[in-house]
Amino acid sequence: MIKDSNEQALLKGLAHNERKAIEAIYKNHYNMVQTLVINNSGNSDDARDVFQEALIVLYENARSGSFELHAQLKTYIYAVCRHLWLKRLQLNQKFSGDLAIAEETISIEEDLERYEHRSCDFELMEKALQSLGEPCKALLESYYLQKKNMAEIAIEFGYTNADNAKNQKYKCLMRLKKIFFSQYKKP
Amino acid sequence: MVMMESIERYIRGEMLPAERLFFEELRKNNPNVDQMVVEHTVFLNRIENYGERKNLKSTIQGIHNELTESGQIRPGGEGKRVSIWPRYRKVIAVAASIAGVTALGITGMVTYFSSKTANKSLEDLSRKVFILKQNQNSLSDRLREDSSKTPAEPAFKLGGTGFLIDPKGYIVTNAHVVNNASTVIVQNNKGQEFRTKIIYINPIADLAFLKIMDSDYKVPSVIPYGINKSNVDLGEDIFTLGYPRDEIVYGEGYLSAKTGYRGDTLACQISIAANPGNSGGPVLDKNGDVIGILSNRQAQAQGVVFAIRSKYILSALEEIKADTTYAGVHFPQSSTVKNLDRIQQIKKIQEFIYMVKSY
Repeated sequence: MIKDSNEQALLKGLAHNERKAIEAIYKNHYNMVQTLVINNSGNSDDARDVFQEALIVLYENARSGSFELHAQLKTYIYAVCRHLWLKRLQLNQKFSGDLAIAEETISIEEDLERYEHRSCDFELMEKALQSLGEPCKALLESYYLQKKNMAEIAIEFGYTNADNAKNQKYKCLMRLKKIFFSQYKKP
Repeated sequence: MVMMESIERYIRGEMLPAERLFFEELRKNNPNVDQMVVEHTVFLNRIENYGERKNLKSTIQGIHNELTESGQIRPGGEGKRVSIWPRYRKVIAVAASIAGVTALGITGMVTYFSSKTANKSLEDLSRKVFILKQNQNSLSDRLREDSSKTPAEPAFKLGGTGFLIDPKGYIVTNAHVVNNASTVIVQNNKGQEFRTKIIYINPIADLAFLKIMDSDYKVPSVIPYGINKSNVDLGEDIFTLGYPRDEIVYGEGYLSAKTGYRGDTLACQISIAANPGNSGGPVLDKNGDVIGILSNRQAQAQGVVFAIRSKYILSALEEIKADTTYAGVHFPQSSTVKNLDRIQQIKKIQEFIYMVKSY
């Protein structure tokens, strides 16, 4: 079980966005994924994309707190990457087989479903922020992503005081929400 | 806006207990507020996820770059496709050598057997066909639909005709006769050969000037023909001398139109028996003055031949004279064979007509 606790530690590190943990996972498993992808008509760029997606799946699972790894990390990553890659091949009509037949020994269906859902939301938010334009985008990102307070933001963006900044933020937020929810589909 | 702020604080649990109680009451009683809270919760959750994932992505990409640079993960190879070569190397090598041996064998046999058949006549024949074709191509080149006027294939061995315009050894001919030639050699009617240098070539006007470079070239005192700058009239008798074969050949005809192919004002149409090899030859009027230079003929029609008008030879000459090396080049103004009969004229003129051979 030593290995398991080690992997649990890695997951925990990943959940907290720790560079060391991610680096370790990368070193241990990236080459395996690259071989998988390259041997199945992909290149190293595809391998990178797939592996990084798998890391995001892992990360978001680990974040949720309730995630328990029922298999070795290696098995899990392999399964996820394999699924993601086959799906991409299918999209490009290079792989005609049934994904279910080529299915994994461990269950990742749910994880992937959730991942896909989040990806949709992610893209939606990204698009919404893009179409918002500057300075709204930067303003909201400072507040919601970098968690700066209004006083800091007022200085950074050159507003006379925090209330002015708040006012501006409110307008931006309303616009962003409008864009976001106009395309948002409830799960 | 105050509402929004309250909702945000409420969701984050930043409210004081009393305030919170009040807000929850409000939420219960006012479905609008409740809706706003639910919506904003979703929104905050999504933007949170967005931020996290974005962060993670940049971290991962950073790590990826770092590890690739430090060589801890190897950059991808070509995968399966590479492995084909070593696997089939032997087979390919054997196949290649068999193919090579077969090809060599066939080539050898062909040369062995064919060398026994009447070699000489065959070669002669093929050369003539080749020459004929080349010249015909170049003659008809300007007459094609698109009429690009670029000269035809350069590789002819026997080019065309040229004639002396200055006793010091300056010869004019068609550009398509010497275009792309590595060496141009001229030969007079006595069979003497001289090396030349191309000093001017203008594919658009289809004119080229050569300078005889050989020391054994004897500078004649005077060139018997002059140049006729004025317009010639339709029906005027003309004649030409050229080398459609190894012997100088005389041809006689008349001016049939004042413009060339498709109204080309650079040229005029003459009716004369011209063959491949006549290209570059002079077109002379009854006084022995050059009125043009024979350039090409219409492929589909008999006896339709075109000559570049003499005034374009002169204007090309002016271009050359701009170079001080050739400033002294001078085309005789008038003919010295004016009142002689045709036979005498030809006798005087023929030694100034050269066969131009491009290599």
